[in-house]
Amino acid sequence: MASTAQSSIKSVSYAKYGYIFIAPFFLVYCFFQVWPLINTFILSFQGNGIETGEWVGLSNYSTILFGGDSRGAEAVSSDFWHSLLNTVILWVGNFIPQITLSLLLAVWFTDSKLHIPGKGFFKVVMYLPNIITAVSVSSLFLCLISNQSTSAINGILLNSGRDAIQFEGTSIFSGDAGWSRGIVMFIQTWMWFGNTMLMMMSGIMGINPSLFEAASIDGASSGQTLRRITLPLLRPMVVYTLITSMIGGLQMFDIPYLYHSSASTINEHLMTVACFIYDKFHTGNENTVSYGYAGAASIMLFIITIILGTIVFRMNRDEDEHRKKKERKALIKENKAKIRLEKQGGVF
Amino acid sequence: MENVGVSQNYMMKQRVKSGIYFVICVIIALICLVPIYIMIMNATHTHAELIVTPVNWLPGSNIVSNIKAITTQYSDWNIWRAYRNSLVIAGSCTILTVFFSAMTAYGLTIYNFKIRDGAYTLILAVMMIPIQVTSTGFVQFMVGTLGLSDSFIPLIVPSIAAPAVVFYIRQYMKSSFPLDIVEAARIDGCSEFRTFVSISLPMMRPAIAVQAIFAFVQNWNNYYTQNMILLSKSNRFTMPMMLQKVVNVDKNINMGARYAAIMLSILPVVVIYICLSRFIIGGVALGGVKE
Repeated sequence: MASTAQSSIKSVSYAKYGYIFIAPFFLVYCFFQVWPLINTFILSFQGNGIETGEWVGLSNYSTILFGGDSRGAEAVSSDFWHSLLNTVILWVGNFIPQITLSLLLAVWFTDSKLHIPGKGFFKVVMYLPNIITAVSVSSLFLCLISNQSTSAINGILLNSGRDAIQFEGTSIFSGDAGWSRGIVMFIQTWMWFGNTMLMMMSGIMGINPSLFEAASIDGASSGQTLRRITLPLLRPMVVYTLITSMIGGLQMFDIPYLYHSSASTINEHLMTVACFIYDKFHTGNENTVSYGYAGAASIMLFIITIILGTIVFRMNRDEDEHRKKKERKALIKENKAKIRLEKQGGVF
Repeated sequence: MENVGVSQNYMMKQRVKSGIYFVICVIIALICLVPIYIMIMNATHTHAELIVTPVNWLPGSNIVSNIKAITTQYSDWNIWRAYRNSLVIAGSCTILTVFFSAMTAYGLTIYNFKIRDGAYTLILAVMMIPIQVTSTGFVQFMVGTLGLSDSFIPLIVPSIAAPAVVFYIRQYMKSSFPLDIVEAARIDGCSEFRTFVSISLPMMRPAIAVQAIFAFVQNWNNYYTQNMILLSKSNRFTMPMMLQKVVNVDKNINMGARYAAIMLSILPVVVIYICLSRFIIGGVALGGVKE
């Protein structure tokens, strides 16, 4: 189709409209994304607080990673490492139950031999938590489970004559970090398993159904079908979900940031990297704002994301497109003049 | 006829299995619904009642007084202003996102130009950059350099560039957009831009509708960006920000009012969800790259 169109209207070039159509996207993108990214990079080499704008070289990076002489620098460094640790703990703790639950449910819902009534209803209900504002979810769980004696669980405990539990923990060194982290992991799983389940379902439905039929004719049990057919063929989908979820985990912000009942302090056990960065740049006071530390931490987050993103990008690549590109390259070698014509006069 | 026995046995087994799985699904569904149900029920009881019975399974009669009492928790609380601000931001973001994403995807699919493949690869690559990475520079640039704190501009205009939406609309166009129709419009003397607006855009409707729903929900739920730009003026606060202020009160806590505020904040999204759940469930797998 393309070749007939090209040969008929070789003389008219519509290429300039292509540039016009994609221009707004790239202009806005440069102004609101690329420049801020460069700006973050610049800020990471500049000072904090009143020293914003002064060049300090790599000192923000060294402070964040290794601490420094002053007590403040040590605190920043320990905060950063804690935040990394918290991010990993919270991510692992919500990813494992989430993927297990979603895989199981997805397999059940797509199995043609099973007849689970109300599948559509279950899908709608299980995706529901994902649609609700994260602030509302964290507020709701704060009303149900928090340090305050007025929260529902503590209310029940107090009414039955027991002591209230400090669900939010007290300090990073105390042993009761488990409660707050467990609750945040639960909320994250609660919010996201429906989403992952729907992704897995679309992955399973993409598998050729004749494979399942063949397995069932050969007398495979559903456990065997799961292990020998569904999981191996679903592997790309699972890996894709794993990596997007990892990148999402690095961005984990709303729930950990908001799960605390007193007004101003972030819970230390829940401070993720995203919260660390946010905490450093989010303040109205220009004497205390730490753009330098925030910038340096952002750049490190960026490097981690690039590594993870490269993996997912290789998997997500449009295979047809990729093959076409290779074919086109081979064609260029064969006939350069023809290709030049195609580039100049091509309509589609 | 021993085969009948085998098949009956097999059917029985499948039926028992389905039954067990059904029960497990019911339990999981209940875990999803119960917190929301308790919240709605608790929102209808007074603070004093909630101290005695912290979890209510039946409705009370104090929903109106609880809603009125939200102002005692946070004096600047104004439900209509919160809805309006959220609606203005989410609504304009949605329109800008779908229109310009469709336009970009159209440009990348229909026209053949030198940087096309490079531009598309770039869009795919930047889809993965987390917002946290750019937000330090973003805040310093918007609030520090341009002085746009408390302004809606830094919240609305960036939504013109939504790489994920471009990606999915382009995928949709690749699979089901007839390129001949553009050719036909050209022969009829239709300008390129008009071809896009009055012929192609309506044809992309299914993809655009799904992406619009997701864009709206995402922007309505956004707290991160809003909280870093809208700093001081409470009349510009959006729904999530106001709710957060209500819940973070330490003194004179009124649990009934809190539950009522949470209920009001999730009501619009839940109503939209129930009405459009068919499209949303169908679209999740398409718009998978999210948090």
